[in-house]
Amino acid sequence: MEEKNLKREEDGILFDPVERTGKFFYLVLSILVAVILWAVFAYQFQYRHGLGVTGLARPIFWGVYITNFVFFIGISHAGTLISAILRLAKAEWRRSITRSAEVITVLVLFFGVGNILMDLGRPDRMFNIIRYSQFQSPLLWDVSSITVYLTASSIYLFLPLIPDIALLRDRNGKRNWFYRILALGWTGTEKQHHLLERAISFMAILVIPVAVSVHTVVSFVFAMTIQPMWHSAIFGPYFVAGAIFSGIAALIVAMNIIRKVYHLEDYLRPVHFNNLGILLLVMTLLWFYFTFTEYLTTYYGGEPVHMTIFWMKFTGRFAPYFWAMFLFCFVIPLPILSLRRTRTPLGTLIASFSVIIGMWLERYVIVVPTLTNPRLPNEAVLYFPTWVEWSIFAGCISFFILLYMIFTKIFPIVSIWEVREGREKSIAEVQERIRTYLPGIGIE
Amino acid sequence: MPRWGMVIDLDKCTACQACVVACHAENNIALISPEESAKGRTIHWIELIPHIEGEYPHIKARLIPRPCMHCDHPPCTKVCPVYATYLNEEGIVAQINHRCIGCRYCTTACPYTVKHFNWYEPKWPEEMKGSLNREVSLRTKGVVEKCTFCHHRLLKAKEKARAEGRDLLPDDYIPACVQACPSGAMSFGDLSDPFSTVSRLSRERRSFRLMEDLGTEPKVYYLSEGM
Repeated sequence: MEEKNLKREEDGILFDPVERTGKFFYLVLSILVAVILWAVFAYQFQYRHGLGVTGLARPIFWGVYITNFVFFIGISHAGTLISAILRLAKAEWRRSITRSAEVITVLVLFFGVGNILMDLGRPDRMFNIIRYSQFQSPLLWDVSSITVYLTASSIYLFLPLIPDIALLRDRNGKRNWFYRILALGWTGTEKQHHLLERAISFMAILVIPVAVSVHTVVSFVFAMTIQPMWHSAIFGPYFVAGAIFSGIAALIVAMNIIRKVYHLEDYLRPVHFNNLGILLLVMTLLWFYFTFTEYLTTYYGGEPVHMTIFWMKFTGRFAPYFWAMFLFCFVIPLPILSLRRTRTPLGTLIASFSVIIGMWLERYVIVVPTLTNPRLPNEAVLYFPTWVEWSIFAGCISFFILLYMIFTKIFPIVSIWEVREGREKSIAEVQERIRTYLPGIGIE
Repeated sequence: MPRWGMVIDLDKCTACQACVVACHAENNIALISPEESAKGRTIHWIELIPHIEGEYPHIKARLIPRPCMHCDHPPCTKVCPVYATYLNEEGIVAQINHRCIGCRYCTTACPYTVKHFNWYEPKWPEEMKGSLNREVSLRTKGVVEKCTFCHHRLLKAKEKARAEGRDLLPDDYIPACVQACPSGAMSFGDLSDPFSTVSRLSRERRSFRLMEDLGTEPKVYYLSEGM
């Protein structure tokens, strides 16, 4: 691997996005802001006129907003969970990717929560959830576990940021006062390092069960009701697996963009994409396994209320969505990720885009068909999202990208101190570790 | 404590929809335009749903009036995050419209799909505003509503009985739909009183409830020969 950019200054390129901002950034920024403003207009239109401006009706009371809620919370599972697992497993290749993953988690959570709030008929009364909490409701479980998750992930993002913030402070660039406060007096002493390492390990362990709980209770919103094809015990793990699946895909997309835009080819190398690609491949197979079990159980049982929905997905009105989901979640990514030759940055990018689209469709195919077929006969109502829903969806995605971009302009998106630590200490550490695994290397 | 319940005799019901009309007038249910209605945005606290059995040519179809079932184990109250819908001590599944946040979880959780949402601000023609029922509060846009067994009538009947210094009599409290039924197919009363009409009818051989296998224990009974 040619290391063309390293020579200029040690890791100088990692400071570049923070210290220099080009025209391209402002161009993208203004496009995103335009989309966001349009979405704000769409939302105030909905706020003024009521939820009638959406495509929702009885009995399809939930649609794109709830789909988005599940989808965004799912994407958030990339970051913290992957980063925590890689850290605990002491996977050395994690060093340059953890930060970009953790940021996704924290930022995307706001849009998960935001979609639930935008789905409310009376958003002005949202604090009733705190005033009159009814803890039997799975929605309250969501509120609780997402709050814990957001707090824990924010701390988990912030802790490894401290030494980098101190680096920025010491460079005496712009926003010095800001970095001075956030650096919390970091000087890099032995004691501070020890404390930080301990805190990070603690948070990494804590955050894993929290992340699993979050998507489990998101699935409980559906699984706890007795509606056909929702009332399923497999939903918890199915949703968690799907969340990690779409999360890794989102991470690969983000890494690809960062790599190209900030010229970080030296830090985000094909090996990273290869490794994440293998992880994504495992999740592809796991997704297939869960989907297969879920639908086979329904089919074999053959209960009429379930079968109506089953056939509607397989051959009926929702067949295009269902088979598109299968295509995007399985048929496209599987061969790309299986072959070493296509597990390149570009190959994994294509597979990831496909997975992200497929997983959105999966959530849609879970939410809408069940509601379209209630147990008692009802007028045949077709749901199709209106411009309001699509605009808000586009706004959410744009806003997320915007926040992510701004983050890269304030903090280094690749953890500088961890990369340096890896360079300086890891080789010796790994050698040491291998000695403890195997006999006949010397020490014993 | 009474347990209010309803019995609908399908063998007497002519599907005339008088109950639906009476309910609309009694409970200030918003008028929905034909365009919105075609999208599935109508609100009916009681409505007639088709029940079709068999296939052509051996087809049997009938219309069943469906109010809220006022389940003893309601799937809707469990999921409400703010106690805006709950089972009260007299067995009525109550709805607090001014607390509802409009998340529509109860509407999706109800297996009988009896809950309705206000997609827009409810509207009436100018001429009709004077004839709104003052005893039933108007809903706003963005909240869920449904049949309350005309709970306001119970409150009024109780007050009247108290003022007259006597106990509540069976005929003091009946919902508007039951009152309006011209064929006498609907009865209403206290299920916990073994001698009440509803209690007696609910134990009849013809009696059944909708989707009893779900364990929701509805307090609306239907009577029908051979169903």
